[in-house]
Formats: sequence, C-alpha cells, structure tokens
Amino acid sequence: MKHLIAEFDAMRKRYPAGAESSLVLPCLRRIQEDRGFVADSDIAELAAYIPVARIQIEEVLSHYTQFRRAPIGRWHLQACRNLSCSMRGAEGVIEHLERKLGVAPGQTTADGHFTLGTVECLGSCGTAPVVMVNEAYHENMTLAKLDALIEELKK
Amino acid sequence: MTGRKLIMTFPVTATSHLLADYRARGGYATLEKALREMLPEQITKEVVASGILGHGGAAFPAGRKWGVIKLNDGQPHFLCANADEGEPGTFKDRWILENAPHLLLESMLITAYALQVRNAFVYIRGEFDLPYRRLAAAVEEAYAAGWFGQGILGTDFSCDIVVYRGAGSYVCGEASALITSIEGKKGYPRNRPPRLTVRGLYQRPTVINNVETLSNVATIVAQGGEAFRKIGTAKSPGTQLVSISGHVERPGVYELEYGSPLAKFIYEDCGGVLGGGKLKCIVPGGISTKVLTAAEIETVTYDHASLTAAGSGVGSGGMVVIAEGTCMVRLLQILLRFYHHESCGQCTPCREGMGWMHRIIDRIVAGEGRPEDIDQLLRISKANDGTTICGMGDAAGYATIGIIAKYRDEFEYFIEHKRSRLGGRIEVAAGVPA
Repeated sequence: MKHLIAEFDAMRKRYPAGAESSLVLPCLRRIQEDRGFVADSDIAELAAYIPVARIQIEEVLSHYTQFRRAPIGRWHLQACRNLSCSMRGAEGVIEHLERKLGVAPGQTTADGHFTLGTVECLGSCGTAPVVMVNEAYHENMTLAKLDALIEELKK
Repeated sequence: MTGRKLIMTFPVTATSHLLADYRARGGYATLEKALREMLPEQITKEVVASGILGHGGAAFPAGRKWGVIKLNDGQPHFLCANADEGEPGTFKDRWILENAPHLLLESMLITAYALQVRNAFVYIRGEFDLPYRRLAAAVEEAYAAGWFGQGILGTDFSCDIVVYRGAGSYVCGEASALITSIEGKKGYPRNRPPRLTVRGLYQRPTVINNVETLSNVATIVAQGGEAFRKIGTAKSPGTQLVSISGHVERPGVYELEYGSPLAKFIYEDCGGVLGGGKLKCIVPGGISTKVLTAAEIETVTYDHASLTAAGSGVGSGGMVVIAEGTCMVRLLQILLRFYHHESCGQCTPCREGMGWMHRIIDRIVAGEGRPEDIDQLLRISKANDGTTICGMGDAAGYATIGIIAKYRDEFEYFIEHKRSRLGGRIEVAAGVPA
C-alpha cells in the first residue's frame, strides 16, 4: 500500500477537515485496483495511515460486496440476475457462461483467466441482460455476443 | 405524448456531456445569477415555491427538507447528491450522470450556496463506472473553470466537491446509510430523530437529495418556482425521468410530465409489450412499489396522487413491464432473493424475516410448498412493517403483499400442483436470442 500514499495525500485535499475516516472506502478501492484484492498488510497499513481502528476497515470489507480479500481471475464476469435482466434472459446467460467456462458462480477457471459471478441489479435494466466484465458493462447480451466476448478475453 | 421536458432538453451527442456543450446550452448562467443577484434565502424560497418532490422514492418536498437548515448557525453544513441508484428497475439518474453531469454540478453549487455548504458530495454506486468517469471528468472541468474551490466567481462563496464511490450495498441508497458510508463505515442506517438535516454527516446538518431532484434546481432558480409549478399537476409539479424495462418494446429513459396518461405512455411511447404480447401488470416505480394490473392502469395518470390512489406509487421512477404469461411466483422469488441478499443485518425483523421469506418462496418454487406458506409470507411482511430502522424490510413486504393480493391463485396452484401454472416463465420469448 505504501507506494499509494502520495495519491491518498492528494485525495485528502477536497475533504473537509476532520473527515479522515471518509478515506476508508476510496483508499480500499485504490488498493484493490492496484493489488487485485485487499491483503492483511493493507489493512494494518491503512489503519495506521488514516488513522482509524482496524475493525472499521474489516467491517467495511465484509459489508460491501465489491471488496475482495483474496485474488480472483484476470477477468471478472458478473452477470446480473435481478428482475429486468431475468425477464430478458439472464438465466440463459448464466447457464451459458457456466457451461462455457466450466465453473459455477463464485468459482475461477483453472487457468486463472475467468472468475464467474452473479450480481443483483447493476442499474442497467433498459439494456438487459447485462454482464459486467471487471469495471465495464456489456449490455443487451446475446449468446453470440457472449461467445465473441469470451474469445476476445482469452487472447 | 410525454409532455414538457426539463432535463432531456438537448440531443445526446458524443460531446453533449462536456462543459463546452453545457455552456453553449446556457449552462452555469443560473449559478452566476444566483451568486451575484440572489440571497441564499431567496433560492430556498424558490425551491419551496416550486413544490418539487423528492425523485428518489420517498417524494418528500425538497423545499421543506432545505427549510430545516438554519443559516448562520455557526456550524458546517453538508450536501450529498444521492447517486446510489440501486432500486431494481431504476436507471434514470444514470442518464443525468452520463449525459448531463454539469446540470447536476451547477444545481449542486446553487444548492450549496443556498444552504451555506462548504463541502458537497456525490455518493455514486460502486458499479457505475462510465457514469463515475463522466461525472469525475465534469468535476475536474468545473474546478478548472473556477466553479469549485475558493472564492467562486470572485465572491466569498467557496465550495469543494468529492465524488464518493460506494462499493456494492443496496441499503446505502437510504439516506442515513449513505452518510454512514461516506464516513467510511459499513452502511448501516441510523435511527431518527435526530433528522439528518439536524445531525447528519459527521453529526452536522446535512441535506441529501436524489440526483434528479437536485438537477431540477438550476431550472427552478432560472425560471422561478412559480413557473416550475405550472408544469405537471398541482400536487406533483414538474417532470419525472422514468426508466422503463422488462417486457417492453422500447425500454429506456423517458421524461414524463406529471399528469400524463400512464397507459398511453406504455402502449404508445414505449411501444407496448415486447413482441406484441398482452400486458399483465407493471411495477410502477422500483420493485418496492406494488404491482398494478393492466386493468388498473387504464385510468391512471402518472403522478403521485393518481398512482397512490391506485394503491401504488411513483417510487423511484423505475417501471417494469410484465407480460401476460409471466409466472408471478418465480418473479416474487427473484425479488425476495434480492431483499435477502441486501439486508444489512442490523435489525432482527429484516435480517431474519428476509431469510424466512426467501426460504419459503424457494420451497414453493422447488415444489415443496405448504398450504400455509402464502399466509406465512403475508404474516412476515406485516410483522416487519415499521419495526426496523430503515424501510427495506417494509419494502420487501409491500412488494410481496402487492403480488400475492393480485395473483394468489398462481401461488395456490404452484403449491397444490408442485409446479407453475405458467411453466415458470419469466421471459416472454424463449431464452436469449442466439
């Protein structure tokens, strides 16, 4: 985490005085972007840097679904399965991904290339079904588009 | 006809979200007018006069919320735009964040000036990547142009803004959970009183408004509250961005003047049911609002009074169209799985109740339902109502009660025959197009 401290210092400038605790979420996000997950050493170092109690960071990590404590595959495919996506074929999308990748949601392929997941409502219901690949939304998915996407990501 | 427009007033192009285009549309002129010619109290007066209601779901009058803030009370005030758009079926704020970020920022600056706010926040859900990048870029453009920072436009008004990203938590869209999250903690809602306008972010008076609500402020101040009030209906002034999805021919975001005929909007503007099917029912405003059947919406106009009289609400503007032939048991299963997943676990009735309801509906769908299960779902829904800190458990109950009240026969059939009368269908067409 230590190489990110200059960035964190810059980020502080637009926060009000006394709002140090607010830095927990943005710092964790940046750490995760950098490392791929949040390690034990990151928690200790962040707690000392802000400073906040370690338990606050642990609670945040367990409350928010986007934070990870362990590495995942290079490409994180998260298929939305909420109402509007289900009504436009999300169940078929998830089945197809399971078959194609040979893993169930929550699992990573043996080559470490893909992690499959499901997610509840990405706020993109008008372009359902939606699959989020790392940060990017892939909208109006069809099985053909899924196949093309996976081939592209394998490269 | 969807009526007059206040937000979607320009064609979306590759550059329409940028500062130069916004300036060419007259952007930031209202901020100048406000800072140079108006007192903070006058701005609040216009917002009160506009009668604008909150567009996030609760429809609380924004002017009344602002009115609680005491100017010159010797303490810092905070402003937060709620961009944690997560109510399933809702994707309207995303339209503003992606296409009109400066409209939000200018409105927030005017609001900050009116409420003596030195530090403002936009709380945006963590999954929104493009909306975040568009908004963050707009913030940098606005700082570079001198709209944020110290001594804005040479006045003694200063304001900083932070775009704060959530990290995957539905409950953080609830205002008190939202500020708890901005404080860098797990998103637990807080008990009221004290109201957040009395003691909010970091225990200071805080106004939290939905993105769309705030985005109307520049228009209200430019045109005057009375002029704004002439749009829409007497009790629902203005317009609503409606995001429509599900079994509908033309899904998307539409701006609808309050008071517009609802059926006409669905059948004509949105092209009716996907593939020419028949309408079964709609979720009018996010899954937490009660479903309305095709027959029920015939005479409804799109405004708070009419939708409330019909037994539902405007909610978050997230409309879901459900075609004839859709299995309502499976549909409720999807909703209850969601609520169970999102319960933050702070209050016992919601933490336990969501799990019970989810397990009961899973049991029914697995063909192992018991005759008493339907009443059990209703009992838990009613027992949850009003017993928790936030409204999430209540909302799950409303959705459940709404669906069972109108489609109880489907649940009875499922339990008796151990299968769906409608083949468990949730899609209209057979599967995703290959």
